[in-house]
Amino acid sequence: MKTFFRIIGTLVVLGVVALLAFIFVPVQRTGPVTQLAADFKPAKGQGEYVMRAGDCMACHTSEGGKPFAGGRAINSPMGVIYTTNITPDKETGIGTWSLDDFRAALYDGVDKEGHHLYPAMPYDSYRKLSEEDVVALYDYFMKEVQPVKAEVPETKLAFPFNMRFGLRAWNWLALGDAGFKPDASEDAMFNRGAYLVEGAAHCAACHSPRNLMMMSSGTNAKDAAFLSGGEIDGFTAPDLRGPQSGPQQWTTEQLAEYLLTARNAHSSATGEMALAIRDSLQYLTKDDAMAIATYLRKIGAGKGAAPVAEKAEVTPTQTLLTDAKPDMPLGPRLYLDNCAACHIVNGKGAGETFPALDGNSLVTAKSAKGLISVILHGAELPSTERRPMKLRMQGYDDRLSDEEVATLATFLRDGWHNKAPAVTAAEVKAVRDEAHH
Amino acid sequence: MARTEKKKDVVLVGFGWTGAIMGIELANEGLEVLALERGHDQATVPDFQYPEMIDELKYGIRYGMMEKPANTTVTIRRSLDETALPYRSLGTFLLGTGVGGAGTHWNGLNWRPMQSEYHLKSYVTEKFGAGVMTEDMTIQNYPVTYDELEPFFDRFEKVAGISGQAGNVKGKIVEGGNPFEAPRSDDYPMPAMPSTWDGVKFRDAAKAAGYHPFPSPGGIASKDYVNEYNMQMGPCNHCGFCERYGCYNYSKSSPQTAIIDALKRKKNFEYRVNSEVLRVEKAADGKTVTGVTYFDHKTGEEVFQPADLVILTAFALNNVHLMLVSGIGQPYDPVTNEGVVGRNYAYQITGGYTLFFKDENFNPFIGTGANGFCIDDFGIDNIDFAKEGFIGGAYWRAGQTNGQPGHTMALPAGTPSWGAGWKKGIGEWYGHSMNIGAHGSVMSYRGHYLDLDPTYKDRHGRPMMRMTYNWHPNEIRQTQFMKSKMEPLAKSMNPTTLQEGFKKEGAMFDVRPYQTTHNTGGTVTGSDPKTSVLNRYLQSWDCHNLFVMGANVFPQNTQYNPTGMVGGLAYWAVHHIRKDYLPNPRPLV
Repeated sequence: MKTFFRIIGTLVVLGVVALLAFIFVPVQRTGPVTQLAADFKPAKGQGEYVMRAGDCMACHTSEGGKPFAGGRAINSPMGVIYTTNITPDKETGIGTWSLDDFRAALYDGVDKEGHHLYPAMPYDSYRKLSEEDVVALYDYFMKEVQPVKAEVPETKLAFPFNMRFGLRAWNWLALGDAGFKPDASEDAMFNRGAYLVEGAAHCAACHSPRNLMMMSSGTNAKDAAFLSGGEIDGFTAPDLRGPQSGPQQWTTEQLAEYLLTARNAHSSATGEMALAIRDSLQYLTKDDAMAIATYLRKIGAGKGAAPVAEKAEVTPTQTLLTDAKPDMPLGPRLYLDNCAACHIVNGKGAGETFPALDGNSLVTAKSAKGLISVILHGAELPSTERRPMKLRMQGYDDRLSDEEVATLATFLRDGWHNKAPAVTAAEVKAVRDEAHH
Repeated sequence: MARTEKKKDVVLVGFGWTGAIMGIELANEGLEVLALERGHDQATVPDFQYPEMIDELKYGIRYGMMEKPANTTVTIRRSLDETALPYRSLGTFLLGTGVGGAGTHWNGLNWRPMQSEYHLKSYVTEKFGAGVMTEDMTIQNYPVTYDELEPFFDRFEKVAGISGQAGNVKGKIVEGGNPFEAPRSDDYPMPAMPSTWDGVKFRDAAKAAGYHPFPSPGGIASKDYVNEYNMQMGPCNHCGFCERYGCYNYSKSSPQTAIIDALKRKKNFEYRVNSEVLRVEKAADGKTVTGVTYFDHKTGEEVFQPADLVILTAFALNNVHLMLVSGIGQPYDPVTNEGVVGRNYAYQITGGYTLFFKDENFNPFIGTGANGFCIDDFGIDNIDFAKEGFIGGAYWRAGQTNGQPGHTMALPAGTPSWGAGWKKGIGEWYGHSMNIGAHGSVMSYRGHYLDLDPTYKDRHGRPMMRMTYNWHPNEIRQTQFMKSKMEPLAKSMNPTTLQEGFKKEGAMFDVRPYQTTHNTGGTVTGSDPKTSVLNRYLQSWDCHNLFVMGANVFPQNTQYNPTGMVGGLAYWAVHHIRKDYLPNPRPLV
């Protein structure tokens, strides 16, 4: 019995020591994945380009605030997280950070003092950045960004999420090896695309499902769940790999166009994707957009093969709309009265100006929140270099009741080739109410 | 107390079609460009959005998009011995306001003038002898040829997004297009719009009569479209709300669909709305201008805006008024026939037949501003002036531009205009009528001009501009000629009944019914400073850093809607500003 208690006692002591170690032993920081030549200098503009690819500015700038001075509130399932000041200000920013401190934030999710960052900062993706890009980015923040003295509100999550040491366990599980390993069986373009998608552009942050531990499912294409669709703030971030997904239905060129301009011959970007294009993707070179498109198409169901041309056929939905019989149901009637002028009775829209609704991932998304939101509040495309027009669809919140929006949305989700479940008036009301708060 | 703003390289007065063209072309040169717009800001959504825009009472009848005469208007008289009175109630022409200007509320009809129109005086005198001109006629040649302008017409058509069927590409006649058009270097950027039934009926009748019908060219998108500035249009849905309305469908070509969002991306471009330019300021030596003074309606004060280059890009009448109140160039005096500013004001003469068909249904609720078919068989190039006794021509068109019942529901003469009889008439004839219109040229004359009114002042204390204009016997003969040719064609279509609407001898200019907003002349372009305000590059003869755009530069009115010519001339002028003027600012002629 004595021996038993001694063993238990030893285990308890060991457990406490382990726990204390877990909490207090300094975090190991990952070093450079490549040793660069001592005289390495990033090319002019490279740092800014990496910043754009990584979309740093969008999160680290508050509404109407100075660039990179932080303070933007990010709604996470755990609570509100305020982004930090990453200008080179010595007191409130990262002005005193060394390259190693900076790399540790990108790779390991720890700040200069060794505190864990919340993974709203996508360091599980940034971990794949090359040393060249890390140095270029560091150089950009230190030399090209204006220092701004600005304290940001402290992030105060509820217990247990305020115990940042808990993230150490999360990191053990979520983080793979640092650096990017090209797939030797693929060409340079594919690998450039993979590097951008898995790394800087952190596409998985939205487009991969998260497990119970809020970890992205997979960090590369070998995981089937990687980029198979996720959720952000109740909106569906669509699947990018399934046979019905946009990237698999479009040509590589069209997908690249979408990333650069927020629109292509099939669809246009709304919500968070429109912001990602406005703030980040439109700044990519055409080559990089093509690389991303090549990669996404190759890892999907189409395996990079040219999309099958759609058969020209008249669907029953189109016939219903064209006949426009006086006794037609409410859904198609609402479509004719409000939508058909642009989106056309065949649901195909028109070129890059009016997006198709047939086969549109926003229309058929698992969560109808995005579709409801666009019907109620409209949507505006960002102005981009290659397509400067802020094409804007008006909202119908003053014209259609909850019941009508639900009926219309249900019609769209089941029209032409679409097959998605019905929408209820209660769902519409929830989206409408949210906007009024 | 006037405030002074920071100097700009270029200030543009008015932010419609020509302001947007000048803005983007000069901003692309790297210049600091400022556009001053009298009216409000407006964009497709929310300002033109569906269904609010489709409100005939608000916009079609009560002119919701137009400048209120209480803010800006002209005084009008018909002869030198009348006393002009302010045009207080909108009727014969409609002046727009706000960003996009008249380019937002037009019908979209887009043309290049016929070949003889660029050198009309030479053409008339050489071909028919000077004797065919009336004594008071002051027509003159453009100082620029069609061949010189052609690339710029082509460019404007591609920027604006014009649908149409070419009839003459590089001298080769193309079946189905207008065989009488001046040779174009390229097709229209978009195929022609489909036509409604009235246009098709007219096409068939015209063809049977041996004429050469072709689809009406217009700034209405027949498909999705991207222009050189990467701006976009979507295909038109034929709702029929073009003229007097902004397009909610991104389908009508306008500064908003063709240029503005691309221009707004430029950091060296700025525009200020509610900023009404009161005058252009001259330098002490009178040889240049120093900028403009405008009234800031937000702060209620006058502002001096210095600039190296001033370009008037407002509506025709406003451009002329600014020249007059700024004292640039000698005002025209019809008595002595001296002076230039205000000279050669002209308008447009229209007439037509309404045909009623008991058994035809025209579905009048569909249409576009540039719908239908045209013929140019009676165009200015095709008329023997000596034989017919007038100078001019007209193009004809049939195609319903709208089905708005409030102001375009035709009823046979004799139908009561109210009450049970009117209702019965509507029941009987709604949807059963169509029109054929003749859109005719107007020459310039000694007695038709613009000057400052001696009595009436505007809200800023400036003299209003006075318009002296009346129908001239030459145009009455022209329009009566069109009637004589149109009547047999209309009758060949076997209508149940038909009625004509052509001006007759002795007709006086009546400002009450809407006619057209094609006001031209007043600061015409020419090769002689004694008979023109602007040289061939639309540069002021008096102040070399002042350029003036708009239909006010036309020496006489063409037989067509003016926008194509206004756009072509703007691209011509800005090309020479960029290539020739900016490297060495000076009088270019």
